[in-house]
Amino acid sequence: MAKFASLVLILLGAPLALAASEPAATQPAATQPAAAGAEARAPVRWETWRAGNSVADNESLQRGARNFMNYCIGCHSLKYMRYQRMADDMQIPTAVLTANLVAPGSTNLDYITTSMPAEDAANWFGKTPPDLSLIARSRSVDYLYRFLKTFYSDPSSATLSDNLAYPTTAMPAVLSDLEGVKAAVYRQVKSSAAAGAPMENVFDHFETISPGNLTPDQFDGFVRDTVNFLDYVGDPAQVERRSIGLWVVLFLLLLSALALMLKKEYWKDVH
Amino acid sequence: MAPETAGKPGNRAASAAGLWGWINRRLPVEAFLRASAADYYAPKNFNVWYFFGSLALMVLVMQLVTGIFLTMFYKVGAATSFDSVEFIMREVPYGWLLRYLHSAGASAFFLVVYLHMYRALLYGSYKAPRELLWLFGMFIYLALMAEAFLGYVLPWGNMSFWAATVIVNLFGTIPVIGPGLVEWIRGDYGIADATLNRFFSLHVAAVPLVLLLLVALHLVALHEVGSNNPDGIEIYDKKDARGRPLDGIPFHPYYTVKDIFGVCAFLTLFAIVVFFVPTLGDLFMEKANFEPANPLSTPDPISPSWYFTPYYAILRAVPDQRIGALLMLLAVVSFFFLPWLDRSPVKSMRYRGWISKSFLGAFTISFLVLMYLGMQPAQEPYVTMARVFAIPYFAYFWLMPFYSRIDPVKPVPERVTFHG
Repeated sequence: MAKFASLVLILLGAPLALAASEPAATQPAATQPAAAGAEARAPVRWETWRAGNSVADNESLQRGARNFMNYCIGCHSLKYMRYQRMADDMQIPTAVLTANLVAPGSTNLDYITTSMPAEDAANWFGKTPPDLSLIARSRSVDYLYRFLKTFYSDPSSATLSDNLAYPTTAMPAVLSDLEGVKAAVYRQVKSSAAAGAPMENVFDHFETISPGNLTPDQFDGFVRDTVNFLDYVGDPAQVERRSIGLWVVLFLLLLSALALMLKKEYWKDVH
Repeated sequence: MAPETAGKPGNRAASAAGLWGWINRRLPVEAFLRASAADYYAPKNFNVWYFFGSLALMVLVMQLVTGIFLTMFYKVGAATSFDSVEFIMREVPYGWLLRYLHSAGASAFFLVVYLHMYRALLYGSYKAPRELLWLFGMFIYLALMAEAFLGYVLPWGNMSFWAATVIVNLFGTIPVIGPGLVEWIRGDYGIADATLNRFFSLHVAAVPLVLLLLVALHLVALHEVGSNNPDGIEIYDKKDARGRPLDGIPFHPYYTVKDIFGVCAFLTLFAIVVFFVPTLGDLFMEKANFEPANPLSTPDPISPSWYFTPYYAILRAVPDQRIGALLMLLAVVSFFFLPWLDRSPVKSMRYRGWISKSFLGAFTISFLVLMYLGMQPAQEPYVTMARVFAIPYFAYFWLMPFYSRIDPVKPVPERVTFHG
C-alpha cells in the first residue's frame, strides 16, 4: 500500500509548488537599476519590473491606504470596499479612520467613492476614471507597478505626459510632485535583421527633467505600498483565506493519514 | 408485527424491532443498502484510476450545496450580477469560500471526469456489457459541459459575456434555422439581460435535474453489470459455491473505506488550490472576468476554460466556421461510438498489442497538446499545429474498427492480478 502514500506525495507536490510560487509574501522587494539620471547606461527593462508587494505587510497596507486617500480618490472610487472593513482588516482605529481617511461627506460605514461626478470626468478626461476595486485582479499588481512608474513628459499630449505600460493613457502624471518629471530617451535600432530594414525608436532609459519631493527609493516604496493596497482591495479576504487554509490543509492531511490507516486495517484480509 | 410483511427475503431488518424495523417494513431501506453496498461485489484489484468515480460524485454534491448557498445571495440581471458576486466575495461571511469552492469545483469536476473517462479508455470499460453505462456517462459529460458553460456566464464578467457570444453564435452555423435559433436562445439581438436570466434558470434548475437523473441511471447501470477492472476480466465468470465472485470483495466496507481515503486525499489537494491559488494563474478564473461585461471591449484573446480548449482548438483549426463547428461536434460525439468502434477481443490495454497502445498514446498526447493550443491566440504556428494534432485525435476513434482487429493481443489471465 506504499503506492497510496506515494500518490498522495506526488499529487501534493505540484499544487504545493504552485502555492509557494504565488506572488504573496515570498518575493523579495523588486530590485531595479536606478532609473533617474542620464548616467544609467544599461537599457531600462521596465517590462520585467515586478511589484514584489506583500498583502501580509500591514504597515505597507496602511501607507497604501493613506496614499490612495491622498492621491487617487479625487478621481477613482473603490465602490465595493467599505471604509470600516478596510480599517478593521488593517487594524486602523476608528478615530484615526474618521479623522484622516474617510472622505468629507462620507461615514466610516460607506463605500469608498469619489466625489468627482462621472459625467464631468468623462468630459474632462475623455473617459470616466475606472473604479479600482478589482484593478489588481483584472490587470495584475505587476502591471499597476509598471504603470505608476513609467509616466514621462510628452508635451504633445493633452495631459502633457504619456505612459510606457499604457500608451496614450488619459490619466495625467498625478504623482509627478513626488516623483519629479522625467523624459523618455529612445535609441535607434533596426526593426528586423534583414538588410536595409528601416530604423525604429526603442525606449532606452528615463532622464530626470526636474526632481520630485521624494528620492527614487522613497517613490518606489510609495508606489509599492499603493499597489499593495490595491492588491488587498481586489480580494480583501486573502490574508484570512491563507491563514485559515493552512489549518484546513493540515487537518485534511491528518484525516487522510487516519483514513489510510483505517483502509489498511480493513484490507488486511484481502489477497 | 404483521406476519405477512416480516422476514421477506433479503430484508433481514424487516423482522427487527423498533423504529428501524418499522421503517423497513414500509420502505426497503436496509435491503437497498445491502444490495447496493454490502452484497454488491467489486473486483479486488482496483488501482488509483478507480478513485475518480466516487470523487466525481463527491464533487457533484459539493457543487450542489455551494451552488444552493450562492443562489441565496446572487442577484441575476445584467445590472446586478457582477455587483452581487463581489458582494458575495466581500460582505457575505465566508462568501469568498463558497464562491472559490464552486468555481474551483467546476474545474475539479472536469479534472476527475476526464481521469474517470480515461480509465475507461485504458481498461476498455465501455465494451460489452457496459455500453449503456458508457453512454449514460457520456450524456453526463455533455450535461456537465452545458452546466459549466451556463455557470461561467453568470458572474457577468467580460469573459462571461464574450464566451457566451462565441458559443451561442456557433448555433448560427446551422443551415437555414441557424440565425433564428441564435436569436431564440439569446432572447435578444445580442447576449443581454434576457440571456443571463434564462441561463441562470437552466444552470440552477434544468441542467442539475438532468445531471442527477443521468447520474442515477449511470449508477443503476453500473450495479446491473458490475465494475470492470484493470485486467478487463469479468469477475462473475469465476464464482465460489455460494455464487460469490472469487475475485470480488463487498463494496462495503472495502471500497467505502478506500474511497473515504480517496476523498480525503483529493480534498487536501483541492483545499490547497481553494485557499492558496484559487485562480490557479489564469486557469480557473481569468483576469478579464474581473471586469464587468462590456459589449464594446473584446478581451484578447477570447479563450474558454481549460476543459473546453481541446475542442476550441479544433474549431479554430478550420477556416470555414461551419465545418469547424461540425468537426468540434464530432470530436465530442466520437466518444459515444467507442463501444462499437472497438473490435478488440481484449478489454484492457494491459493485454492489447503495440498498435492499440500507440493509438491511445497518440490520442493522449494530441488531447493535451490541443488543450494547450486552445489557450493560445488564433495565429501561427498554433493553428497549423492544431490541424496536425487533430489527426491522431480523430484517428484514434475512426481507425479503431481496423487497428483494434489486427492488434496482436496477449492472452488474458483467468484471474485478476495485482500490479504494485
